[in-house]
Amino acid sequence: MMHDLKAATILLLFLAALTGLVYPLAMTGIGREVFPARAGGSLMRVGGRVVGSRLIGQYFRGNGYFWSRPSATAPVPYNADGSSPSNLSPDNPVLLRHVGARVKALRAADPGARGRVPVDLVTSSGSGLDPDISLAAARYQLDRVAACTGIAKSRLQALLARYTSRPFAAFMGEPVVNVLAVNLALDRLRARHRPPGGGARGMCRRTPVSGRM
Amino acid sequence: MMPVMELDTALLVAAIALGWPLGRYMAGVYGTEPFWARRAAAPLERAIYRLCGICAQEEMDWKRYAVALLLFNLAGAVFLYALMLAQGHLPLDPEGLRGVGAGLAFNTAASFVTNTNWQAYAGETTMSYLTQMLGLGVQNFLSAATGIVIAVAMIRGIARNKAPGLGNFWVDMTRTVLYVLVPLALVFAVILMAQGVPDTLGSYVQAHLIAPFTSGKAVVTHQVIALGPVASQEAIKELGNNGGGFFNANSAHPFENPTALTNFLEMVAMLVIPTALVFMFGRMVRDDRQGWALLAVMLLFFIPLSLASAHFDLAGNPALRALGVTQAHAPALAGGGNMVGVEDRFGVGASTLFGTVATATSTGAANCAYDSFMPLSGLVNLFDMQLGEIIFGGVGSGLATMLAFVIFAVFVGGLMIGRTPEYLGKKIESFEIKMASLSILIMPLLVLIGTAIAVVTAAGRAGVFNPGPHGFSEILYAFTSAANNNGSAFGGLAADSHFYNVALALCVLIGRYWTYLPLLALAGSLAQKARIPASSGTLATHTPLFIGLIAGVVLLVGALNFFPALSLGPIVEHMMRLPSHPVVR
Repeated sequence: MMHDLKAATILLLFLAALTGLVYPLAMTGIGREVFPARAGGSLMRVGGRVVGSRLIGQYFRGNGYFWSRPSATAPVPYNADGSSPSNLSPDNPVLLRHVGARVKALRAADPGARGRVPVDLVTSSGSGLDPDISLAAARYQLDRVAACTGIAKSRLQALLARYTSRPFAAFMGEPVVNVLAVNLALDRLRARHRPPGGGARGMCRRTPVSGRM
Repeated sequence: MMPVMELDTALLVAAIALGWPLGRYMAGVYGTEPFWARRAAAPLERAIYRLCGICAQEEMDWKRYAVALLLFNLAGAVFLYALMLAQGHLPLDPEGLRGVGAGLAFNTAASFVTNTNWQAYAGETTMSYLTQMLGLGVQNFLSAATGIVIAVAMIRGIARNKAPGLGNFWVDMTRTVLYVLVPLALVFAVILMAQGVPDTLGSYVQAHLIAPFTSGKAVVTHQVIALGPVASQEAIKELGNNGGGFFNANSAHPFENPTALTNFLEMVAMLVIPTALVFMFGRMVRDDRQGWALLAVMLLFFIPLSLASAHFDLAGNPALRALGVTQAHAPALAGGGNMVGVEDRFGVGASTLFGTVATATSTGAANCAYDSFMPLSGLVNLFDMQLGEIIFGGVGSGLATMLAFVIFAVFVGGLMIGRTPEYLGKKIESFEIKMASLSILIMPLLVLIGTAIAVVTAAGRAGVFNPGPHGFSEILYAFTSAANNNGSAFGGLAADSHFYNVALALCVLIGRYWTYLPLLALAGSLAQKARIPASSGTLATHTPLFIGLIAGVVLLVGALNFFPALSLGPIVEHMMRLPSHPVVR
């Protein structure tokens, strides 16, 4: 028994050092040397300043931007230090109330959009940090974004196509638009097109907008 | 449904294509004949044994084997528990996280040592980098290895002829980590990093929002992005059927599972070792057909259950449709269906399939919110676990439990044809049947009694999040998950309470050790028996008839035990949605 206890303890310490220090530290080393950008969190920078991660969604509700999906993280939406889904069950009245309010807000913001509201635009994701929206969700917002930014719809469509990623194989997952990437591109386009000193037009107030939808 | 069927097929083909060679390789690792991998690392192995005072040639009978296993797991649990309590005073804690509370630390230690990985905490705000690596990550390896050596011992019991022992626990443990888990994890972690999973010791990053917004009264101008050594942990989390996420959202978090491809590979990773073990079994008993027969039983359950889950969730939520929302099945709509708690890049189909894989394999990972599944998709998750974690099952533990069911089926078959039951030349007698029954029946007792206690106590009911029958399902799910060492959850349940921390930790411990110690005893008894040559009257155990018999036994035990409980949860929840019973709003 004592002999076994000694074997258990020493073997545990050895295997713990191997799998808990050598292995993960080797991986961080490989990450640093071989995939520095990805291992560091796929950060996106503007003028040297970190503005987000390509993989982590952000909350967009300005009229001149493509909106991201709702988020259930607390205390603020898209809290990337507290990933969480809503966990609401399909019949929970709270879910139905939330979705109803989101549909209303979208209809008000996109009066030009026709048809039913794409489901991903009114439901929160599994992580609350979904970086993407579906193609239908992006198209639903085209008229508004075009009107508010003054960028032609055809131009926006080309932009969406550029920031759409398709799965490795058609059956493996879904084609999606990266919201932060496309909105950063919108900012760049806008900066190039807008005359110096000119503001956004009428309904297209940009920041800050009120959260929690 | 077509994409789901294609994905299901691709997944199983990949798991079998990788599992077959891996099974051969593992048979070599645990065999007695010279083997290239063992020869290559022999000096390292010898050094480890010398350091630990282990005599590698010593054969252990089942009691010695079990004692060594228990001591090793106990040492691991104490180590992990102490690490969590002390993390605030240890290095690699860039966020300055404090020590974990005793109740939560006990629950987490029990859960990670038993390969359950039930998480009553959010990783990014609770565990330091050191705890993630040296605590949780280590147990991801060692608890998986513990499961595998249980299966190895069980197979040896069946394969050996009049043998005194089941092998040497220390040697089996060391070889599992060195030759199987570490190499696989190394490869998979690098693939994950290449796809975007971060792996860094740097602190959390603060991003400046390009579009600040107000939340409540505060203006939010920054986003704190949690990071860490994720890829290394993610790899073993799936390969070892652990399922404990680095982040709270588990594999739904874009840093744990950034693309549709990683989603696919993570599913393959969950299946590959359980599949390999089935082939290893065939190899070690020198009859590959026996391995294929067990795989056939697993697929007989897995394929229909996975498709059913996808079907019900893809059908969408009629209540949302009534609000003017479209859930149409179009690629442009991320595949459509019930997208609540689902990430766009996967879509509903790949999320329900992930759920089936994670519950069938006892991994318990989640790439979506299982609590938000349509009722019958949630039922599939529950049922996968309630079958006893044998449809693939946890690494090793799944195959071991499956073999208990096989022995039970042999007994039933023997009764029907009026002959002494035997399996692969070993007579199955009353001791074996007692041990197999014990191991099979403990889990349902834990689940049903645990759920009953929770439902009648205020402390149990206090954790419920969703109203109506779904609240009952949340409790049933928690006890099912704990007793089966799965670890997934209907995440709405507030599980970090004194009641659930203790009750679920007890379920986790009893569900692990009371289930597998009888199986080691069974293996020990079988090992000592002489192999009798097959005769014309022997019940063949690789035929479709016998595959059907095993499936029948599994289904009967699973369905009879749990049908009443399932009726009170997801089934009544589904019935309430039918047109004649409109949902009350």
